[in-house]
Amino acid sequence: MTGISAIPPALPLFLGALLLPLLGQNMRAILSLGLPLLVLVIIWQVPEGASLRLTFLEYELVPVASDRLSRLFGTVFAIMAFAGSLFALNQARIVELVAALANAGSAIGIVFAGDLLTLVVFWELLALSSTLVVWSAITDRSRHAGMRYLVVHLLGGVMLMIGVIGHVSDTGSLLFTAMAPDSPAHWLILGGFLINAGAPPLSAWLPDAYPEASPSGMVFLSAFTTKAAVYVLLRGFPGADVLVFIGLYMVFYGIIYALLENDMRRILAYSIVNQVGFMVCGIGIGTEMSMNGSAAHAFTHIIYKALLLMSAGSVLYMTGKRKCTDLGGLFQSMPLTTVCGIVGALSISSFPLTSGFISKSMISQAAADQHLAIIWFLLTAASAGVFLHAGIKFPWFVFFQKDSGLRPPDPPLNMRLAMILFAFLCIALGIWPHLLYAILPYPVEYVPYTRIHVVEMLQLLLFSGLAFFIMLPYLKRTLTITLDWDWFYRRLGPRAINRVTQVLSRWHAHRRIDFLRHVGTLFGTLFLYHGPRGILARTWATGSMVLWVVILLGIYLVAYYY
Amino acid sequence: MRPHWLLRHGTIRLLWIVFACVLLLTVLAGLVMDVHGYFGIDGTFAFNAWYGFVTCVGMVVIAKLIGRFLHRKDSYYDRD
Repeated sequence: MTGISAIPPALPLFLGALLLPLLGQNMRAILSLGLPLLVLVIIWQVPEGASLRLTFLEYELVPVASDRLSRLFGTVFAIMAFAGSLFALNQARIVELVAALANAGSAIGIVFAGDLLTLVVFWELLALSSTLVVWSAITDRSRHAGMRYLVVHLLGGVMLMIGVIGHVSDTGSLLFTAMAPDSPAHWLILGGFLINAGAPPLSAWLPDAYPEASPSGMVFLSAFTTKAAVYVLLRGFPGADVLVFIGLYMVFYGIIYALLENDMRRILAYSIVNQVGFMVCGIGIGTEMSMNGSAAHAFTHIIYKALLLMSAGSVLYMTGKRKCTDLGGLFQSMPLTTVCGIVGALSISSFPLTSGFISKSMISQAAADQHLAIIWFLLTAASAGVFLHAGIKFPWFVFFQKDSGLRPPDPPLNMRLAMILFAFLCIALGIWPHLLYAILPYPVEYVPYTRIHVVEMLQLLLFSGLAFFIMLPYLKRTLTITLDWDWFYRRLGPRAINRVTQVLSRWHAHRRIDFLRHVGTLFGTLFLYHGPRGILARTWATGSMVLWVVILLGIYLVAYYY
Repeated sequence: MRPHWLLRHGTIRLLWIVFACVLLLTVLAGLVMDVHGYFGIDGTFAFNAWYGFVTCVGMVVIAKLIGRFLHRKDSYYDRD
């Protein structure tokens, strides 16, 4: 093993992140665009199987191992790091670029980790670097949201670590292989993975934290954490039934909350949970078709979601506004942003000739092949719901609806180029699905473009569009948020603690005198017996001690005799 | 100043007519195809059309109901 393939794929990104602050603007641009491309080349040079082995204590570590699944995720992460950097060049703070490169590096480290210890290390780095991306917005809101984000993800990391230790003591191996939720250790590992996927009940971290990042920050964030979680679920828990139900919950949670939301980037954040729900459900079904579908959907999702967020980010960057109630009519002065946003919206809705059509259909098809009727009907309803909450709602309220009077131009060149690149990829993958199918983990026999499938999908989507416009009066935006599970730790928890503190301090104020008197009596008694002249602390003659021993032994003898 | 051509009443009317025609076409296209569903009902005429419409209306209604209980002003957490 020589040359470029000997470099761990994540390494250049971490080294680049360290170097970035030391460089001038031009070198920074070259590095943050060049490194992801270098990593992309390395990913395709790493040989299949374990390519780096270490021994730690008596355990075997495999920090770099590759197969088709690792390569698929590594590829899309590298492409994402490139396009994200391109989009961020003119606007992101240096700290954000550093954090984003480390974030991409951590995600790539995870997908090439052959053992659980390496996985945990990159898992924690992923949590820290993504928190730093949130904080890079440098606002009060981002500081608070970043802290809440960090707490949830450190909790996930601790669960994962405890699970890994349990797994090692059960099996004696650190290698990352497929597991089943059959022991407390495996449940903890699964829980740690699911927290990063945005699964209930801790899904609120995602719409809470991501939209507080900068316009470019959220583009990076949308890609790595949740999809790294999808990757580890694909590798670690294929076919775990519980994932089907968790996935379905996420799918509908995302739709309902996005329908109620007013902030354009929070709409898209809820829709990340919705889309990851499709993937989690596919992993739970566990057939080759559904696993392929989940992997393919993660790939296409990263691209169209980043495109949607670039479009929303451009609007935020140019107008400083993020609420649907403040936006509208922007298509007149931001034509390119509008078109790219619509391409992203059509892709997420699985419109024929876009990338979502060739990936999401595989998951529904797998449910049909396994005769899972209820799941199939729910996934089909959810597909219609995606068009409703993201496919039409986002472009309609941001670019059309009422005229807000805002006339910002399209964003600067680098941001436009990043959007054009990803819009092109969305359509290219939709037109030439075999490009993606060729690199999926299992062989693909699925043909997405049959006349029946295209017509059925068009019926489903266009009639859900009709429902949107008919129900439009009920979808009018209001200045509201919707309470989520995070209410328990943002409101109920702090309030309960405040209440307890109040009660205790009131009690303390009332009882202070009594309390001090009791404490005084206690110390007086202690002093009486144990003080310098206390009976128990006095120096006694040896003779008196011997006398007491004789008396005790005498009592013992008498007691024994009887 | 005249509004953008996309915002004129005539254009919007035209868009609705085109949309209605496309909807009709997708439904009629089902007639000339040999649709065979996996679970029975999904193979019937225009299933995806009415199913997409009805479930979307259902999701909006459910969202509104949930919103009644869970909506708060968007400054709700600002005093944290």
